Order: sequence, then C-alpha cells, then structure tokens
Amino acid sequence: MSLGPFGLAFELIASGDPELMQIIGLSLRVTLTAVAIGCALGLPLGAALALARFPGRSVVVVVFNALMGLPPVVAGLAIYLLLSRSGPLGPLGLLFTPTAMVLAQTILILPIVISLTRSVIEVLWDEYQEQFRSLGSGRIRAVPTLLWDGRFSLLTGVLAGFGRASAEVGAILIVGGNIAGHTRTMTTAITLETSRGNLGLAVALGIILLGLTLSFNALAFGASGWARRVAG
Amino acid sequence: MRAEPSILPLDISGLGYARNGTRLLGGVTLRVRPNRRLIVLGPNGAGKSLLLRLCHGLIEPTEGHVLWALPELASRRQAMVFQKPVMLRRSTRGNLEAALALAGLPRPARRSRSAAAIERFGLAPLATRPARLLSGGEQQRLAMARAWSLRPEVLFLDEPCAQLDPGATRSIEAMIGEFSREGMTIVMTTHDLGQARRLAEDIVFLDRGRLVESGPAETFFREPASEEARAFLAGNLLW
Repeated sequence: MSLGPFGLAFELIASGDPELMQIIGLSLRVTLTAVAIGCALGLPLGAALALARFPGRSVVVVVFNALMGLPPVVAGLAIYLLLSRSGPLGPLGLLFTPTAMVLAQTILILPIVISLTRSVIEVLWDEYQEQFRSLGSGRIRAVPTLLWDGRFSLLTGVLAGFGRASAEVGAILIVGGNIAGHTRTMTTAITLETSRGNLGLAVALGIILLGLTLSFNALAFGASGWARRVAG
Repeated sequence: MRAEPSILPLDISGLGYARNGTRLLGGVTLRVRPNRRLIVLGPNGAGKSLLLRLCHGLIEPTEGHVLWALPELASRRQAMVFQKPVMLRRSTRGNLEAALALAGLPRPARRSRSAAAIERFGLAPLATRPARLLSGGEQQRLAMARAWSLRPEVLFLDEPCAQLDPGATRSIEAMIGEFSREGMTIVMTTHDLGQARRLAEDIVFLDRGRLVESGPAETFFREPASEEARAFLAGNLLW
C-alpha cells in the first residue's frame, strides 16, 4: 500500500501551503458565520416555540424536526433559485459568493438549533414555571433566564449545527460554485481534488476537517464539564 | 416595609377546584388577617398545597373567589416557598439576583437586595457555590432568602420543612418566627402536628378536600370541634 497521499498531505500541512490555508480560512469563516447567525435566530425562536401556545403549534414543531434532516442539495437548490439571476433575490448578485454559502448553511443549521432549543427549554420550563410565575414573571421575561440555564444542553445543539455545516458539501457546491480562491471550501475541495486524483490535498483537507471537528467538540466538552462544576 | 397600604385581609369564599370531573377541593371559605401565622393543617392529600396555590394565583379556581383587599397590588406583595425549592443552574448569589430580575426589579435594586439577603441569612460562604449542589437545608435557606428579598407582605410556605432534618427545620422555623415578628403574614401548610403547635396562631384544618374547621390555634388544639380533628390530634389515621 502506498503512503503517497498521506505523505503529501502531511507535507502540505507542515509547510502551511497557501492554497490549503486559504481554503481552511474560508471554510471556517463561512461555517462560523452561519453558526453565529443560526444561533442568533434559532435560540430565541426555539425558546419562543417552547413557550408559545397557538393553533398549529404541533405542526410547526413537526416541520422543524423534519427540517433537521433536510437534504443539503435541496436547501442548496432552494437558495440557488432564490439567488439566481431570474430569482426574487437575483438583483443582489449573491450567487457564487461566500454570502450565498453562509445563507445555505444557515438554512441547514437553523432547524437543528430551533428544535434542540425548543426541547431543552420545554424541559426547563416544566421544572421552573411554578417558581417563575410565583415571582410574577411571564413567559417572555423568562426567556433569557431559561436560555442561560439551558446553556450546557444548548451547546450540544450549537455543536450539532457546526458539525452539519462544516461537513456539508451539496448546498455550498450549488450556491458557491467551488470557485478556486473565492468559494472553495474544505468539503468542496475534497470532492474536486478526489475526482481529479489529487489525493494529497484531499487527504490533507480531510485530516484538518476531522481535526477541527474533534477540537471543537473536545473544547466544548471540557468547557461544559468545567462550567457544570462551577454552576451546578 | 409597611409604608404601603396592606393587601390584606384576603377573603376566600366558596373556593374549590376540580380536575377531570374530580373535585379536589371545595367550599373553602376563610379570611386571612394581617400579621398572623396561619397554618393549614391536615393529612397528605387533604388539599393543603392546592389551597395555597389557589390563594397565590398559581392555579385558577373552578369555583369560588380569592379576593385581596388591594387586588392591583396583591401579585407583587406576596411570595411563595415550595416544598422542593427550585434552584436555577447558577450560584447562590445568581439565584437571588435572577429571582429579583424575574420579579421585574432594576439592576441596582437586585444588587443591594441580594447583598442584604446574603448577609441576613448567613449565605456569604455559599454565595459563589452552585445552588443545585447545596444541601437540602441550604437550598431551603436560599429559597427563604429569595422570598424575603422580594419584601412580601404575605409569604406562602408549602411544607417547607418536609424534606429537612431537625436542625434545618429548626433554622427554617426560626426564620418564620422572625419574619412574623417583622410584620409579615405567614400562610403555611404542614402535616406535622408538632410544627403546627410550635408556629400556629390560626389554624385551618383540611381533610379530603374540604375545610373541616378553622380558628385560633389555641382553641383548635385545646378543644377541636370536629371528629376528624380530634382523630388527627390523637394521631389516628383518618383514612
């Protein structure tokens, strides 16, 4: 068995290959931006869905649960239709830009963050509601307190969102176009380089992608364990 | 604390609650007067906790009324301590400040009131500890401090010592005595006869969802009017 691709991969990583670094930088920028937007929207929306009572609520809950498994290519296609020249947002000229990729990943992350937040906040509300109502707090005033108290469990949701976004290839390939130096991310580059037979770069990117995912999870696990000891 | 007009007396008339066709409490009529220690006594399942929740507004009655002298002020001038205290996932100080925030107090008032509560209830050594890791007695002390920091005129206590050892029970009872001396009105449930004797000025005796008798504690303990109360005081099982 030849160690060629792995040897080349480690050489690329060790030498800090500029193309490799550019791809990693863009991937992180796109994914972290999408996670940030997904959390900014998903955490309050999930909490609202947990606490609000309205006709058709269970339908909304089921839809968001189902959307957690939304095929990325379908999300990509929807964004493509929105952003394409003849689409409603065509004049913005966003197709094949990192912004379009952020948008696509946000669409994929949002249902995960909303659904997991709803589930965490529902459990907390069950436990806290009598005390909160005794204090004169309505559901809306309770939201920041509930989100803070659910922070450790919510972190899991955020990580799940990060995992989905960073591993995803279909949506960003469609809306980003995999343009070298502009919209090429780790996953789209792996797809391309593998098909080209350029396995060294593909393996290097695969190793880094795995390493990043592991590092984020280890960091979150450590932070969560430490915080549990401090906050109970 | 008493500069504002009193929300008392609290008049309860024909109060009842039914769920799924089962009447869990019915026909309760009584008056809660200012600055008294009223003990709601009765065996488990008598409806004591339900009566407290109805009075405190946590549950809507299905019959009868709960009428405060000043209804518009009533909700923010009462507090409740539960049998199993709800501890937020944060420090002791964080729990005090969060409760005051949920009650709608501005930040400076939260800081000063939580500091006062920490000092008064001897919580300084526990202030930065996670509240959920405190012992049962410490958690209930924090729950009492949290209720006190709201400056309530009426404090509802639902079996606050049911899960505590004698030392912690003594400490909670001492706090109740102090609150009462400071002018707070206490409405507390217990199934512990000894505790009722130690704390009660007035007694409401419930059995199986109905008010059997009520009145001054001294009279109740000396000459109970009902057969059920006599049996309860004699230590017999009612059902």
